[in-house]
Amino acid sequence: MNKTRTTLTAYAMLLPALVLLGVFTLYPVLYNVVLSFSKYTALELGAGKGPSWVGLENYQKVFSDPLYQTGIVNSLKYLVVVPILQIFSLLVAVLVNRSLPAIAFFRAGYYIPVITSISLAAVMWEWVYAKDGMINAALQGLGVLSKTSAFGWLINENTALWAIMFVTFWQGFGYYMVLYLAGLQSIPTELDEAARLDGATKTQVFWKITVPLMKPTLMICSLLSTLAALRVLQEIMVFTGGGPVNSTYTALFYVYSKAFKEFDYGQGAAAGMGVALIGFLLSYVNYRLTRDQQVTG
Amino acid sequence: MIAKTRAPERTRPAPRVRALSVLGKVGTYALLTVILVFAVFPFLWTLAISLTDKTVSNGVSIYDFPASLFPRHLTLNNFTDVYKTFSLGKYVWNSVVISTLTVIGTLFVASLAAYPLARIRFPGRAIILGIILSTLVLPSETSFIVNVLTLRNLGILGTYAGVVLPVLATAFGIFVMRSAYLAIPETLLEAARLDGATELQIWWRIMLPLSVPTLTALAIFTLVGSWNDYFWPSLALITNEDLQPLAVAVLKLRGQFNYDPFNIAAGAMIMMLPVLVVFLAAQKFFMRGLDGAVKG
Repeated sequence: MNKTRTTLTAYAMLLPALVLLGVFTLYPVLYNVVLSFSKYTALELGAGKGPSWVGLENYQKVFSDPLYQTGIVNSLKYLVVVPILQIFSLLVAVLVNRSLPAIAFFRAGYYIPVITSISLAAVMWEWVYAKDGMINAALQGLGVLSKTSAFGWLINENTALWAIMFVTFWQGFGYYMVLYLAGLQSIPTELDEAARLDGATKTQVFWKITVPLMKPTLMICSLLSTLAALRVLQEIMVFTGGGPVNSTYTALFYVYSKAFKEFDYGQGAAAGMGVALIGFLLSYVNYRLTRDQQVTG
Repeated sequence: MIAKTRAPERTRPAPRVRALSVLGKVGTYALLTVILVFAVFPFLWTLAISLTDKTVSNGVSIYDFPASLFPRHLTLNNFTDVYKTFSLGKYVWNSVVISTLTVIGTLFVASLAAYPLARIRFPGRAIILGIILSTLVLPSETSFIVNVLTLRNLGILGTYAGVVLPVLATAFGIFVMRSAYLAIPETLLEAARLDGATELQIWWRIMLPLSVPTLTALAIFTLVGSWNDYFWPSLALITNEDLQPLAVAVLKLRGQFNYDPFNIAAGAMIMMLPVLVVFLAAQKFFMRGLDGAVKG
């Protein structure tokens, strides 16, 4: 009897979490699959009708849409930020992993971009990137750029995507730095002390001891960072809205635009499945790399 | 950049070691400072703009370098100006309500659900743990489409509840609380059970008080995330702009005011300062909390 009561209590305590996770986390992922095979737009929604099955129609429309293809290409281009971000974060983590006076001050400073809202980042970086902004002023000061050839970095189709990527880099390095720092601090100090006694240089210790031991952290961070880069959306919304000339139109921005500008939820869902598939493939590659490394290394 | 500082740090024969290590230290701090400037300069520039007295000399421009980085006439007028003209108070209030509800709700849901997962043996526990864990790897890219439709069907699209409910239950929160409970000695629970305490009483009287540090960390984390969130509130309140938080409203400032950057900067600072204060006061929680987030 008592046991039944304990079990009931356990389930009662879990109920709010399970209901919320079920409705807002599990169900959307499953129902999105149904939606991707259905005709469902603002018209059906307004008329109180449900989605109706149309098979692969949404997929055909979306995948043959040049704008979606541009979006996929731009999302893949965005992945360039991942290795740069990870290497820089790791190096900064190594740099701040020493017991120097005031090192905590620097660590905290590097974390400030992480806790900056994307809308604030948008306000601040728009001024930096403006035609008369800080970057152009600096380039002109260095004599790299002439006054007449100055341009706004976010309104130039050749630079806009890279400019937004740079903001992702700026906002992200403090986050990964902290993760790497945690990894570094879990490496027993006896290991590199022993290596140093054996005459290894700091550089050797870094490559032969630190990097191999950091591999698991590196892999997790790369995966997190890859998926985040693939899913980039807010940045596009606040900076450029996909322009100029669709040069910053990412795949997930296409999903968002389909669903909430054209109000075609079915096609939006199908477009999202494409992004999810790429994410799955990238995760799988990352998993294989990790596994192979563990077998051989 | 890195190579430059690494070279002098290398161990060398004794007489030169000292001079080199001083040089190495100077180099290290120079490098640390360069990265720090990179991290905080947009913030400092915006702060400078927000404090600039735009009325002093005609034609003050934010693009006047380096003068706009070091304003000579400081004022708080931009803050009062933006607050009144844009009735920013409304959006500050929305942010406060949404963040408060999110923090309280998250703590409640996570701390309640984590207890049976950590400390009660019951049939189905492994399955439920598995389900919660699986939400971490779900392809959640497109959840926002269905969630907006769900909110609509529930009749709470465009309400505070619509913004808050979908974000309350997270595997992260549940697992963080669970590991806090797991660290509490079993003897305490046994003693309480012998005294006839119910599971709910044990949770409320023993587990919660003993896990205050973790609760605080989770609260701060959730608060900063919720205060800063732009995407979800802008979607969930798509039909009711009056309830939008500051993070969404601050971007609308750009379109208003004939683009007065001084006021926008002030609005931005009003939004940033609470987060900054919380962060600086609770830095250690942030650094440690993330550690837990990866180890899961």
